[in-house]
Amino acid sequence: MRARVLIRPKSGILDPQGIAVERALPALGFSGVANVHVGRLVELDVEDAAQLEPMCEKLLANPLVEDYEIIVD
Amino acid sequence: MKFGVLQFPGSCDDVDALLAARRVGDAELLWHGERDLGGADAIVVPGGFSYGDYLRAGAIARFSPVMESVIEFAGDGGLVLGICNGFQVLCEAQLLPGALLGNANRRFTCRQLALEVVNADTAFTRACVGGEELSVPAKHSWGRYYAEPETLRAMEESGQVVLRYAPAQNFNGSLHDIAGVCNEAGNVFGLMPHPEHAVEELTGSTDGLKIFQSMRLAVEGAQV
Repeated sequence: MRARVLIRPKSGILDPQGIAVERALPALGFSGVANVHVGRLVELDVEDAAQLEPMCEKLLANPLVEDYEIIVD
Repeated sequence: MKFGVLQFPGSCDDVDALLAARRVGDAELLWHGERDLGGADAIVVPGGFSYGDYLRAGAIARFSPVMESVIEFAGDGGLVLGICNGFQVLCEAQLLPGALLGNANRRFTCRQLALEVVNADTAFTRACVGGEELSVPAKHSWGRYYAEPETLRAMEESGQVVLRYAPAQNFNGSLHDIAGVCNEAGNVFGLMPHPEHAVEELTGSTDGLKIFQSMRLAVEGAQV
């Protein structure tokens, strides 16, 4: 099955990439933009969806500083 | 006294670390795919971009065969020094607390820095004096030290904050101005700045040698 893992910086931890994007958008004429955060997307085919969580804990995310969300299609 | 310097695909400061270590003892490179540490008395995990920094800096290197041996070596009390990417690898391996995040200034930054020796009573700083300033360069994009507040408090109390950026030197936004930390047992140490690039007067400073000299003193003291 196809799975997606969304990895985000934990809230409360400074996200310089998000800040940079948030500042760039108004400069391009896009107004009303707030709370921008930049994370990662990992797409993968897996036989056993139960393995996704340990994969995230061990490798795909760093649980100390990142939250992850698993989406199985 | 022999240093073993790890070499991952993408390491780029491995040879500088090797040459710096050779100024105070013997040293050899250890390939990431091997498990044999070659009888080294201390391990250096060098700077660079191990495995291309894919996923997160250090995330993949941490699972390499040589790191299995390094984790065992550290568990037995062996000295392990992680520099820059090596610091990131040691945090990913959970040999050190915390994580390194993108610089607050959002830029790759390369500059000579002043570092304050907060704890000179460690195996990595005993050739220094407490409060001494070391002039050592840093060059990285992902050097903002982060740990949870309770962890930071415990580290401050137990002397695990070994080096701090001197006032106005903390360009990357590290919490508590932390430049280098050790584990609770004191045998694993990581720092973002590069002591191996500060071993020659020609390039401005020899202060980095004190880290390698400290390790030699610690190893030889333990052998006496």
